[in-house]
Amino acid sequence: MGEIFEQKLSVINIGLESFTEPFRNRGVPFVQVDFKPGLNLPPELRERLAANSQVIELANRVAMDRILSARPALVGMGLAGDLIPGMRKTRILHAGPPIEWDRMCGPMKGGIIGALMYEGLAASPEEAERLAGSREIEFSPCHEHASVGPMAGIISASMPVFIVKNEAFGNVAYATQNEGLGKVLRYGAYGEEVIRRLKWMDATLYPVLKRAIEKLGKVDLKAIIAQALHMGDEVHNRNRAATSLLYRALAPAIAETAESPSQAAAVLNFINGNDHFFLNLSMAASKATLQAAQLGEGVEHSSLVLTMARNGTEFGIQLVGTGSTWYTGPAPVPDALFFKGYTKADANPDIGDSAITETAGLGGFAIAASPAIVQFVGGEAQDATNYTLQMYEITAAENNVYQIPFLDFRGTPTGIDVRKVVEKNILPFIDTGVAHKKPGIGQVGAGVLSAPPEPFLKAAEGLARGIRSS
Amino acid sequence: MAAHCEVRKGEYHDSVTLMRVAKFLSQQDGVTDSAVVMATEENKLILKVAGLFGPEVAKATEVDLVIGVQAASGELAAKLVQAAVQELKKKSRTGAGGPRPRSLDSALELQPAANLALISIAGRYAAAEARKALERGLHVMLFSDNIPLEAEVALKKFGASRGLLVMGPDAGTAIIGGVPLAFANHVSAGKIGIVAASGTGLQEASCLISNLGQGISQAIGTGGRDVKKEVGGIMFLHAIDSLLRDPGTEVLLLISKPPHPEVLEKILDKVRGAKKPVIATFLGSPAADPAGNVIATATLEDGALKAVCAVSGRDLREADEELAKAAIAREGRARAEAGRLSEGQKYLRGLYTGGTFVAETQVLAATRLRDLHSNAPFGSSKAASDPLRSRAHTVIDFGEDEFTLGRPHPMIDFSLRNKRILEEARDPETAVLLLDLVLGWGANRDPLPELLPVLNQARATARAAGRYLPIVISVTGTDSDPQCRSKIVKALNEAQVIVENSNAAAADLAIKIAEFAGR
Repeated sequence: MGEIFEQKLSVINIGLESFTEPFRNRGVPFVQVDFKPGLNLPPELRERLAANSQVIELANRVAMDRILSARPALVGMGLAGDLIPGMRKTRILHAGPPIEWDRMCGPMKGGIIGALMYEGLAASPEEAERLAGSREIEFSPCHEHASVGPMAGIISASMPVFIVKNEAFGNVAYATQNEGLGKVLRYGAYGEEVIRRLKWMDATLYPVLKRAIEKLGKVDLKAIIAQALHMGDEVHNRNRAATSLLYRALAPAIAETAESPSQAAAVLNFINGNDHFFLNLSMAASKATLQAAQLGEGVEHSSLVLTMARNGTEFGIQLVGTGSTWYTGPAPVPDALFFKGYTKADANPDIGDSAITETAGLGGFAIAASPAIVQFVGGEAQDATNYTLQMYEITAAENNVYQIPFLDFRGTPTGIDVRKVVEKNILPFIDTGVAHKKPGIGQVGAGVLSAPPEPFLKAAEGLARGIRSS
Repeated sequence: MAAHCEVRKGEYHDSVTLMRVAKFLSQQDGVTDSAVVMATEENKLILKVAGLFGPEVAKATEVDLVIGVQAASGELAAKLVQAAVQELKKKSRTGAGGPRPRSLDSALELQPAANLALISIAGRYAAAEARKALERGLHVMLFSDNIPLEAEVALKKFGASRGLLVMGPDAGTAIIGGVPLAFANHVSAGKIGIVAASGTGLQEASCLISNLGQGISQAIGTGGRDVKKEVGGIMFLHAIDSLLRDPGTEVLLLISKPPHPEVLEKILDKVRGAKKPVIATFLGSPAADPAGNVIATATLEDGALKAVCAVSGRDLREADEELAKAAIAREGRARAEAGRLSEGQKYLRGLYTGGTFVAETQVLAATRLRDLHSNAPFGSSKAASDPLRSRAHTVIDFGEDEFTLGRPHPMIDFSLRNKRILEEARDPETAVLLLDLVLGWGANRDPLPELLPVLNQARATARAAGRYLPIVISVTGTDSDPQCRSKIVKALNEAQVIVENSNAAAADLAIKIAEFAGR
């Protein structure tokens, strides 16, 4: 013990910051810790996780290798009913963890009403609502069908979908074509113009894109995302650069394969007019990337997060190491900038599969790459940087391909470790759009939120309990 | 009147921030009551009493923040709750630059050479952080209180087994390698090593030594419970060992309220045959050591003086002579002061921010003042039936729980003691006010503007009632402290406050005044 008297004092101050004053005064090296108590995991489970940290680390390394070596590419298009495993006419896929009709939020119900009318299963919203409430229609999470959908995330059998293949592992993920802003199905709108747009997308957008992609063979999504991060996107709330890059890749093939110049122009104008066109692809790319973690042996007990998704009522997560179990908690209402005429009182709790981007080290985790949208996080570039820096505290790795120029091209924080979330009580930071809580109105704002603690706490408990039973 | 509460799930702020925002709320127009607290079970009770309760609050847990306001209208209450939310955000944005580490481990990545963790977070989280720090090979100073006894014992055993210091819990102060930790003073470096189970005692002794021209090698605070039977003096003994070994330490000064007899036995064993002089101030304990291994002293001043004598090779009897001389000088002063009192001014009223002083004053008064009351009774004093009202001779410790719940330490926040000073001044039975003022890091940075007007007002109040009110104060600190002791003393002298160099001297003077007044 005598040794501390002979060493130069060097202090870690956990608590009252005023205690660091004499250190400053005396030139004593110190670090101030911004302490926040961890989430309330029962001590015996915390100890079990600690005791098995080597097993967990090993599984995480295997999972992380797969995630980082994923190569998602857009390889084609087709109809949901033909491609998506388990898809049928009477099944509707939705965002987030499983939920039954009665507990669904307004925008999700609206999206389902719209989808039933779009499918011709109902002629009016009232009829659609009755049908949805009956047992004839099954609801299932997109995530359980290798798919992802933004906001309400509604996918029905007739909808065209992108095929995103992870070329390193062969697994595939699906997502619909993004409808654009305004009154759209994903925000729960189901009016005539919504259905009309969907039909146009089926009749014009889909065949033109499908032929163009066939012509190109594939579009490397990982490369587009990596470039877009260098161009000010975080590919969740900002997709302008990625959409432009996709447009550049597709345009010559569309010009060549469209049936007429006016058809080509209509499709190109549609993409050009929708800065979020790439969002569904960044989501599918993220999904295809993360799926790979569970392909093969060696990831049992991994504490990495496989999925974060919200259905507008609940926020759910899945872990790489606990199979397909969902851990859920109430979905929070995002802090947002609202469109004129709307307030937080109009906002629906958080909704959508788009948090898959954060799960893959993009979106809110990469917001330091996206100074153009810092109004969402407090207005200063430093705020955005701080959010990204904080996410390194809860992730297992730095991305080998996705980088942040402002941080000297440091890889984005990738692979959320639920143990770190629980221990440090730092919750994943998510960019998001905000839907009106009533069906049929649409988007009312955009903003950010921290994931709620409950799902992570439950997941850590589930992980710990699973270790004992094995 | 309407109340509005908001529960912010999982939102954590340190206590200083919460108190700052609570103060902000209480200052707003139209607010009758307000609270900004973590939803612990105790706080929920407080919220219930204050009418700031609802089903939301009932469901909240200790990791959730509750902001409650009772105001003239529900609309105003809701608006102020939102204003409080904005105030809370202010703090989190002041830390310029990158985000701070959020855990011990990330801090260690930034500063791998760290060798001490100073922990002052809420007690229910502090033990786990302390354990982590010890596991990573760091010495620990635990400023936090409210740590269960078993946790303290476990931490200290673990620390001792790894040769690591565990100072605290509830260790207000320490000086390691010349660096003041928490509520410590800027004292000179020297050859006297202190082990103290008493925070204010350590501050007082180290300042006296420094002001006498000597200095401190190391000062280790163990927390008051260390010398109790349950903890068994683990760290007190450990610290003695290390100071006996430390080549920079030539004299040891041990400070504590009386240790448990078993612990005292171990301490005496430990210093048996020591090659360095060991001075002990075990307040109120005769500390008779037949073997003569320690030199027992009666007061902190006595201990400091003898340590100074020992380290400068002077005869310890010189210290006794000096103390006796000073006591005689005080006799005359006391007689003069008492001569100016009115009929009916009979009692001493001691209002303290430092807990050790409360004990020391009771020890000094024990055989001299009859009918002595305290909210922290020690020795033969009686427990104050109402800590908020003085009765006969009374000494109050404003650091006790009844005064500190939800407030900063009284060495920082003078408001409650200030209020009481004025109450005592109005009381025709008050013969003398006895106060302490502790300077140093952690203490109120600019005490005079808060204290002086109150002292002036107290005397004016007495004067208006035709009474003279002597005020005696001891100032614990050094000129190198951020407040600069001599400047403070000068201003107090100019305001006709009687300043003594030590609490022992101040208490003795005040007791003498009360003795004369009683005749």
